Amino acid sequence: MNEETKVCPIIANHIKVALVGQPNVGKSMLINSVSNAHLHVGNFSGVTVDKTEVLFDYKHYHFTVVDLPGTYAFTDYTIEERVTRDYLCAEDYDIIINVVDSTNLEKNLQLTAELFTMSKKMVIALNMSDEADKEGIEINAEYMSELLNVSCVKVSAAQKTGIEALINSVIEVHEKPKVEPKLVFSEPVEEEIQKIVAYLKKHKYEAKNSSRNIAINLLKENRKTYEKLHDDPIWIELQPLLIEASKHIELHHDTDDIKEAFAEEYAAFNRGIVAEVVKVKKQEQEKKTLTEKIDSVLIHPLYGIPIFLFLMWGLFQLTFVLGAVPMEWIDGFFGWFGDAIGATIANEDIRSLVVDGLIAGVGAVVLFTPNIIILFIGIALLESTGYMSRVAFLLDGFFHKFGLHGQSFIPLVTGFGCSIPAYMSARILKNDRDRLLTLFIISFMSCGARLPVYVLFAGAFFSEAIAGNVLFAIYITGAILGLIAAKVLKMTAFKGVDEPFVMEMPKYRLPSFKLVWHTVVSKTLMYLKKAGTFIAGATILIWFLSNYPHNAELEKKYDVKIEQAQTADEKVKLTNEFASKNLEQSYLGRIGAFSEPLFRPLGLDWKMAVALETGLAAKEVIVSTLGVLYALGENVDETTYSLKDAIIKNISFASAVAFIVIIMVYLPCFAASVVFTREAGGIKYFFYLLAFTSITAYVLAFLAYHITLLLGY
Amino acid sequence: MTGIVYSLWLIIIFKKDKVNIMKKLIDCEKGEKVKVLKLATNYDLKQRLISFGIMKDAQLQVLEHAPRKKTIEVKVGKMRIALRAEEAELIEVEEI
Ligand SMILES: Nc1nc2c(ncn2[C@@H]2O[C@H](COP(=O)(O)OP(=O)(O)OP(=O)(O)O)[C@@H](O)[C@H]2O)c(=O)[nH]1
Ligand SMILES: [Mg+2]
Repeated sequence: MNEETKVCPIIANHIKVALVGQPNVGKSMLINSVSNAHLHVGNFSGVTVDKTEVLFDYKHYHFTVVDLPGTYAFTDYTIEERVTRDYLCAEDYDIIINVVDSTNLEKNLQLTAELFTMSKKMVIALNMSDEADKEGIEINAEYMSELLNVSCVKVSAAQKTGIEALINSVIEVHEKPKVEPKLVFSEPVEEEIQKIVAYLKKHKYEAKNSSRNIAINLLKENRKTYEKLHDDPIWIELQPLLIEASKHIELHHDTDDIKEAFAEEYAAFNRGIVAEVVKVKKQEQEKKTLTEKIDSVLIHPLYGIPIFLFLMWGLFQLTFVLGAVPMEWIDGFFGWFGDAIGATIANEDIRSLVVDGLIAGVGAVVLFTPNIIILFIGIALLESTGYMSRVAFLLDGFFHKFGLHGQSFIPLVTGFGCSIPAYMSARILKNDRDRLLTLFIISFMSCGARLPVYVLFAGAFFSEAIAGNVLFAIYITGAILGLIAAKVLKMTAFKGVDEPFVMEMPKYRLPSFKLVWHTVVSKTLMYLKKAGTFIAGATILIWFLSNYPHNAELEKKYDVKIEQAQTADEKVKLTNEFASKNLEQSYLGRIGAFSEPLFRPLGLDWKMAVALETGLAAKEVIVSTLGVLYALGENVDETTYSLKDAIIKNISFASAVAFIVIIMVYLPCFAASVVFTREAGGIKYFFYLLAFTSITAYVLAFLAYHITLLLGY
Repeated sequence: MTGIVYSLWLIIIFKKDKVNIMKKLIDCEKGEKVKVLKLATNYDLKQRLISFGIMKDAQLQVLEHAPRKKTIEVKVGKMRIALRAEEAELIEVEEI
């Protein structure tokens, strides 16, 4: 169950378990509670979009558990569902744990019934038993095991109850020979199954799967089974038999679609099982559920959207106001730390590297940790309460106008945290066009790493009272630009019919403090770790590029000038002039000067241009670059140096607006671009994205700059 | 006189018709409970709806409408499902 009981891998037994179930039933959470894993858990369909393997030991067994994306049925509707189906059909595993939601057994058994014909060993985990208890739902697990001939174990992934019993049951089933689950159909279907089974027996058709399962799969028009039998000589006589059987069954169900007929068969079977094993306390049945009560407010046709906007606004207010408090401490700490460290280093170059490079650069990024934490808490709450699907519901009509699918909301919101998981989660969209379109506009949703730049500039140019509103406005503007971009793309590159919108709305759940805490802490640590490693490295590089080569002539000239200066004021002025001249002739200065003509029409100086360029590596580097460049350009003796002040002094409002606009729109960071390319399915899409975002960013920044100037700022 | 009889007769016919009148899911009022008669959709969407439990004879309850009835929320068994108006248009139901 945990790491302590590790056994020698050679003598131990391996059990490979595939976790299968409908979406949002707690598969990932179940794995987390069995092992030490921390898989992503959230209260909406489509949290897991790729398979993940988790290893752990229990007794003398080695377990490999595979977490698969949830699937409603085996219809390959979306990419993630295809991942599950392909895994189940093609990969090697010993046993299936079918996770079901105890509070909604009838619907969940629909998939279970389909799994029955896969001819694999199986255990059913009746998850969410804590919720079932609360809702007055009682399931007789023993009786259910008997009826289905599959062991059923009550568990709660959230309360960690029944987990051990589940694992023991898995071991038991694994050790014993396979048994066939009981799945009974209506008389006409059973009759046809018998006919086919008899035919297969007569011709001594042998396969791994039982004749009965083969017969069922043939009747269901399962493609894989068809392919297998198609080349067999018995097919010639089998085919007319099947056609006859289908007709009979379709007639019985009054439909022309055999799959629909089978769905009805399964539904009837499940109703029977549920009627036998589930007892619901009488008063609970009619009462309006809490979820319905909350929904009547949160997705109200009139107030729903304003409430959502208010909540978002509140989040950004908090980000700013609440975040400002610890930021002051962090700022103070790095100022003090820089001075203290600087005093101990004699060598001027090394001191500059440490104080102006490392501490200024990393400090500028770490400074924004509180804002990032608040943003992450907001996203975690959105994901874990069940509100996410509601917003998708509210916004679908609006999104639809812009050519987007309501479910695009989920990857787009994820994009406010980080673009990488957002690109992945676009897999929940069925239609490839919808998915590509969503991929292209995810980067319009400003990721967490861009938040520092916004906080910095909003704080520099606006009073504290309205900076939160400005922040909110920046995000909303980004999102609206994204929608407009979507519309343009939909009308040009991604023309096509609209995909249906059918989505499950989960019940509201109070997120556990532990879960939110863990998500936020791990994301925050990741941010800090990145600041300490990648960003620190980039910062050192930037420092070198901006300090070298030394120009001896320039140094000498200014040394003399400063020597001759009459007043202290003049001395300071000359020192500053030297610093900025020195910076301009550095490698970075030359790069900046080279690209400056491109950025001049947007009102950006070479330092901002360089910051944007380094931001292609990672968006956090933008602030650290600005930190280094302005720290070097400033008088280093000044004790109360702050990046914010430097920005107010050096950057005009119109230039700042253009700068922010570019950051809102231009290419996501390097790592995200790689994931984008993979998810979109080809390098050519990367170049499309590059062209699309660069041109849009440039044009919009140009307009923003000149309009701001015209308005007289 | 004949006019009155005629209109009475019309009322009876109309009422009789109304008992099991077929309509589209999108036209249902909030809170209304209905039974599915037919899914007049294409193959893919039909499979999807079926996997959500929306199939012939299933009982639905309309829970909520999004602004301007663009999207609706229905309850099937214990599950709440959001559907776009275009899709709800294709689901034929009758009152129960
Ligand atoms: N009360 C309760 N909640 C649970 C339990 N198991 C899972 N949950 C909640 O159910 C939701 C879904 O959990 P996940 O583990 O993400 O579900 P999943 O099956 O992996 O979902 P997909 O990856 O989307 O297929 C989360 O909000 C969990 O907190 C449980 O035993 N009891
Ligand atoms: Mg999952």
